[in-house]
This record gives sequence, structure tokens and C-alpha cells, in this order.
Amino acid sequence: MTYKLTVNGQPRTVDVDEDTPLLWVLRDELGLTGTKFGCGIAACGACTVHMDGQPLRSCSLPVSAVTGEITTIEAVTGTEAKALQDAWVRLDVPQCGYCQSGQLMSAVALLREIAKPTDSDIDLAMNGNICRCATYIRIRAAIHEAAKAIA
Amino acid sequence: MTALSRRAVLGGGLVIGLVLPMGMGRALAQGAPAPVDPNAFIRIAADDSVTVLCKHIEFGQGPWTGLPTIVAEELDADWSQMRAAAAPADVRLYANGLLGVQGTGGSSAIANSYDQLRRAGAMARAMLVAAAAQAWGVPASEITVSKGVIAHPASGRKSGFGAFADAAAKLPAPADVTLKDPAKFTLIGRDQKGFKVDSRAKTDGTAKFSIDQTAPNMLTVVVAHPPRFGAKVASFDASKALAVRGVVAVKQIGSGVAVFAKSTYPAIKGRAALAIKWDESAAETRGSDAMFAAYAERSKTPGTTAAKTGDVDAALATPGAQVVEAVYEFPYLAHAPMEPLGGFIEWDGTSARARFGSQIQTGDQGAIAGVLGVAPDKVAIDTVLAGGSFGRRAQPSCHLAAELAECAKAIGPGTPIRLTWTREDDIHGGHYRPLFVHRIKGAIKDGRIVAWSNSVVGQSFMIGSPFEAMVVRNGIDSTMIEGGSNPPYAFPAFRCDVTADKSPVSTLWWRSVGHTHTGYVVETFVDRLLVAAGKDPVAGRLEMMAAQPRAAGVLKAVAKLADWNGKAPPKGRAHGVAVVESFNSFVAQVAEVSVGTDGEPRVHKIWCAVDCGVAVNPDIIRAQIEGGVGYAVGHALYAEVPLVAGRATVSNFNDYRSLRGMEMPAVEVLIVASTEKPTGIGEPGVPPCAPAIANALAKLGRDRPTRLPMVRTA
Repeated sequence: MTYKLTVNGQPRTVDVDEDTPLLWVLRDELGLTGTKFGCGIAACGACTVHMDGQPLRSCSLPVSAVTGEITTIEAVTGTEAKALQDAWVRLDVPQCGYCQSGQLMSAVALLREIAKPTDSDIDLAMNGNICRCATYIRIRAAIHEAAKAIA
Repeated sequence: MTALSRRAVLGGGLVIGLVLPMGMGRALAQGAPAPVDPNAFIRIAADDSVTVLCKHIEFGQGPWTGLPTIVAEELDADWSQMRAAAAPADVRLYANGLLGVQGTGGSSAIANSYDQLRRAGAMARAMLVAAAAQAWGVPASEITVSKGVIAHPASGRKSGFGAFADAAAKLPAPADVTLKDPAKFTLIGRDQKGFKVDSRAKTDGTAKFSIDQTAPNMLTVVVAHPPRFGAKVASFDASKALAVRGVVAVKQIGSGVAVFAKSTYPAIKGRAALAIKWDESAAETRGSDAMFAAYAERSKTPGTTAAKTGDVDAALATPGAQVVEAVYEFPYLAHAPMEPLGGFIEWDGTSARARFGSQIQTGDQGAIAGVLGVAPDKVAIDTVLAGGSFGRRAQPSCHLAAELAECAKAIGPGTPIRLTWTREDDIHGGHYRPLFVHRIKGAIKDGRIVAWSNSVVGQSFMIGSPFEAMVVRNGIDSTMIEGGSNPPYAFPAFRCDVTADKSPVSTLWWRSVGHTHTGYVVETFVDRLLVAAGKDPVAGRLEMMAAQPRAAGVLKAVAKLADWNGKAPPKGRAHGVAVVESFNSFVAQVAEVSVGTDGEPRVHKIWCAVDCGVAVNPDIIRAQIEGGVGYAVGHALYAEVPLVAGRATVSNFNDYRSLRGMEMPAVEVLIVASTEKPTGIGEPGVPPCAPAIANALAKLGRDRPTRLPMVRTA
């Protein structure tokens, strides 16, 4: 089947089976490898991308169910994204780094929704993103720092 | 992260000399310290950038920052000019001085590189100075180097490194160099966030892992492995798999049935469509409960004595002594690194190039060569960033490299392939932290611990491995009892014995290895005995630690940090303490714990004091403690891989429960100032955490859990 998608602002056409998860379309068909595979069942958040600005787990969304514009870590932009990425670097959040694309995509969506998130806002918004290196303390600190930088 | 690809590093940069130290492998095999060859480690480019070729894989523990820090310090480089790149697989140049092969493990990256890279950096500095002296016609002694600038103050001449890299390359490496006075260090010990070289690439999606490797015409492979450990393929029908659009081939290999496809999802779908009959005649059919029962029974009879002091049986029978006995049970645990295993390989029929997160390059190189029937020097390995490991990528069996090569061989030369494991492959894939049972007895008399007997039963992953000669003595695998055979306490009568069981279930070191269970047993049991003897857990430990000044030092430090003797914890919360030496580093932790309305322990905060010698990168040490605490809390509370009739009953992060952000405690770290040589930090943060939590639970009126995880889901 042929599917027309808008990914990172570009129109793209892919020829895959309808049940192919968006994750594998992004990674294998479009070469956007910043979005990671971690579980395949929407349980870890490593594959988080935005559809029309909303975070979703691309490993569990069939390409046939994509209804909006997709944004990945390679092209996420704007005040919140930049402030978060800078805070991530300033606090040296990443260890292995493999989950951090997904963490950042969740965090960007959070800051766009809530400019000054509390710890509990962060816990709720980020709870779907596992980090096996357990960089959670710095993730939380970096979100607070980014929020402060924007304000 | 460095912007330099391997090609740019080796092709574009100016190489300072080229010396092949002959006989290095032999010297290392005999345990000699690693020779120092600056040429192997340092590349200085015309643009003044200094690239350190890192012999240790970067998977979050920080060597790509730590190793360049050491070089830059002695080279007097500016931090902004430093880059990191992976060293190629070459045991002659890049052996781990503590392991004898090129590989990363035992929290040894900084420990085994510290002297080597200080000397390499100092030698490279001397060569640059000599080249500048020659060019400027001034005495070398009048030349200064600071923050990447070579200067001759008397004449006002100044230059970056790049201008002299070529000339320096033609000079001999000095036989000896004077190392910097540590009091003058400006980079080693600098406590600064935002210092790591790889953070940016890990926030914008550009960092490349094994799963991101690709090439034109590449096929993706997934492998169907047997559902029971020790089973083999009896027969299979691939017709339905081959009917999946995108599936190109299905081949039987040693580890199972490999499905080759044009991309990942068809490979996964194709695998699901395979019909495989397994030969389970040699498979493990026991479940975890049966293994626990068998090990507990076995532990009633002492195994091989690993260490002893005095007559422990007599001491346990001391008239009037209070004897306490406990049986501890530790489940199989998966490492579950965020990036499942995988790799990329190109095989042209005569040579191969693999790109993956290889953790024991020398072994993996040999394994690939063995499968493909070529000499190891026909196999190149580009070690790429790995999405975590926690021990999982360091395989004495080299099973992943072998599977990668088998796939390449099965599909034939000329087709690049990428092997991908799914999360289910990972959780079902064995190589677990072994299931262990400890039977422990202690006797208290007159407020003192007078006897301590610890019988350990579990599987050995070292007996029969290439590392056997290094760690197995008199039939005793030291990784099974490390920490248990040498607790930091002086007991008048002591014995630790061990029994190694065999099972087809594959097992492996898991972040902090034997200390994952010995640390828990020793620290919860000593706490229990001390409390029973009417002692304070900190003061009581210290009374028995006269011969352990560094362990006692961190224990005192953490007691002060957590205000152990000061004000009481908030209502409903309690503090527990533990101290463990592992990988030559000393870590003490205090846990603040409560019990939630759901009955689950809630860990609010961990205070930690660590002595790991010279702190090369204090913020990385802090990060590793934070991460080690999270790893320890997650597994102690929630994780196990139960087997029922030989099959794992958990599969993925929905049922192999991982710590999540809202469960992460606050962590406060004190790094004890030290002038000792740097020691490990990737693992030592783990062992004291779970026992500190258990000891806090005891203060809340709970028993210290003797079976982990503490929260069990039926």
C-alpha cells in the first residue's frame, strides 16, 4: 500500500503494509533513526514522536492510522524544544542516550501544554518514558530549568 | 560528540609517529602493565582538535569524556579542542590492562587507563614542545603549554597544537616523562556539568547506535530463538514467513532460525509466521520455584570453602549464644538495556567489517572470524555507541557476535545485514543475573557477633568460559562470592562456602556482579544481628571495621551527610544504612523509606558517600551513583524473570517492571577526597542501595525481605 505522510514538514510517500508501525516507517523507510525502538508495545516511550503536536508512541501506531503531521526529534523546533535541548546539555542529562529522543519529545509536549510544570506534572507527563540508566533526576531538573529559561 | 568519523580521524588527522609495540599481547597475557604508546591514543589535526581514541565502549558510563580528560590534563590542552572516537579492535594496542583483552568490564575503564593516558598525554606534549623548540630555535625548557597554546614567552611566539603535529610526528616518543603534580590539575577533578562530549548528539537524534547502522541493499534480520533454554531447532516450515511481503530468506543458524527481510517490520512479521518444532530433550524444564527449593536444600550442606577464620561450627554452638538463621532468594534478572542487542556486518567472502556496541572486542573479533573461517585480522570492528549494557554486551560466549556472523554467512557474501533483537528476545534471551540462594547463620553473644556462616548456591558463568583462568581458583568462581567471602567486618569465626549448580539457562554478570546478592545478604544480615545485639547499625559496624579505613570512612561520611545521629526522619519514614566495597571503590548509602498505602516500599531519598580514589570527572561519578541507585531500586523492588517449566513468564516492560521517573528517589552524593588511584564507578553505586532500603523497612516494623524483588506480582 502507498501512504502519503507529512513528516517534519515534508510530504513523503511510502509503500508498506498497512499494519507497519509508524516507527519502522520513520526509521527504515525514511532514514529518521533518531526515534528509537525500545519495546514495540508502547510501554517504554523511546519511540515518542508528535502527531499534530501531540506526543504518541510510534511503535504502536500503524501507518494506516496516521491522521496528522508527524514531527520527530530531528526536526522538533521552537522555544520549548531549544530550551529543553540546551538544558539537557547543560545538565549532562544523557548517559547512554538511547531513550533521550523520546524523553525530549514528551518533555516538549509537556512544556507547550504547561509552561511551569510542577514535579507532579512532570511525573505524570513523563511516566511513560523509561530510562534504564535512571537519568530521571536530571530529566526533571532540566525540564524545570528549561521552563525557567523560557519565562 | 566528535564530529570526526573514523575515516576523518585516521585519514585526515596528522598522526604522531607510528610505533607498534611488539609482544604487547604476550606481555598483557602475563599481567604486565599496559605499555604506553601515545600514537595509539592521540590524534592531533591541523585544526588543533585533539581526538582521543577510546579503547572503552561508551554506553553512558562516561569514558568518552573521562579518557580525553586524562589526556588533556597532561597535554595541557583546552577542553574545547578535545574529541572522542572509538578505537578499532586491536588487542595489541588497546587491551584493558586489567582484563588482558580489549574489553570493558569490572568498572575498569578509568582505573586501567589512568596511568597509561597520563603518560600518553605527557609524551605527546613533550613531542609538540620539542617540535616547537626546533622550529623556533629556542630551548625546549623555555616553552610553555597552557590551554592548547604552545608559547615561548621570551620571544612572544605562540601557536596552537595543529601547526606542530606534523613535525612532532617525526620525532621519537620520549622514553620517560614527568607527570604533572596532581595539585596542579585543572581538568581532572573539575566539577562541572555540561562537560561531557556526547551530550549534544544524544539530545538531537544524531547519535548513532547499533540499530541505526545501515548500508545500501542491507537486509534486516531477526532470529527465532528457542523458547526453552538448551533447546534446538528440530525442523521448521518457512512457507508462511516467506509469503510475508519484504521477507527475502529464512535460514537455520546455530542459535535458531533467521528471517532476512528488506526492513525490520517484515522480518518481525515473518518470524511470527514461522512454524518451528523444537528439540527440547536437553532443555531446562524446571521453574524458578523448583530451583529455589533445590538450592535451599543444597545449601544445608556446606559447599567448597571460599574463606574461613576460626572454627565457625564451634562458634555457632557457643553456649548462651543467640543464633539467627535466614535463607535468601534472588531471582533471575534481565539487564534490559534500553537498546536491545543488535549489530551490523558486511562480509565480502574474505574479510568482514562489523559495526556494533561490542564490549569485548577481542572476543567478538575472534568469534566472527571463527564463524567466517578467516583470521581475526580479517575482521574489523567499529565499536559504536550502545544504548546501555549493565553487563549484557560483555559476553564471554560472544554469542551476539557469533550470531551476527552466522547470519552473514547464511545469506552469503556481499549482502550487508543488520541483526535486531526485539525486547522479547532480550527478556527471554537468558544471560541473566543468576538465581542465587544464600543460607546464612550468625551467633551473638554479649552484644557481639561471634560467628558468621554463609553458604552460597547458584550458577557460575565463569566456569567453562575464556575468563575461567582469571577468576576461578580451586574450583571457586570468585564472582559468585565476591563481597560474601570478604565482608568488611572482623568476625572471630567466619566461613563462606559455595556450590555451583548447572543449568542450560544462560547467566552473565549484571551491574556489580556478585555484589548484587552478596552485598544484600551481608548488609541486611549484619544489620539484623547488630540490632538484635542492641547496637546502632552505624556504630556497631564501625566497631568491626578497624582494618577497613576506607570503608569506614565512607560509612562515617554518609552518617554525617544523612544526619544519622541527628533529628529523626519525617513521620512514617525510616532510615537504613549499608556499606559495600566493589571494584575497589567504597560506597555507603542511607535510604529514607516509607511504606505506601498499597503496601509497597517507597524510597524517598538516598544519601551516598563514595571513595573511588582520584575523582576524574566528579559529575560523572555523581551521575553514575544516581543511575546506580535507580537501577538498584528498580530491581530490588520490582524486577524478576520467573521461569515456569523452563520458560520465562515475563516478556517486555509491561511485565518486567522497570523503575519509572515518579519512583526515582532523590540522591545526594558526597565524593570523599582521595589521592588514591582512581577506581570503578559504573557499578559500585548499586550494591548498598537495596540493603539500605531493607534495613529502613526493618525500622518500620517490616522484616528485611529475604526474597527479592520486594514487591512481587503473584
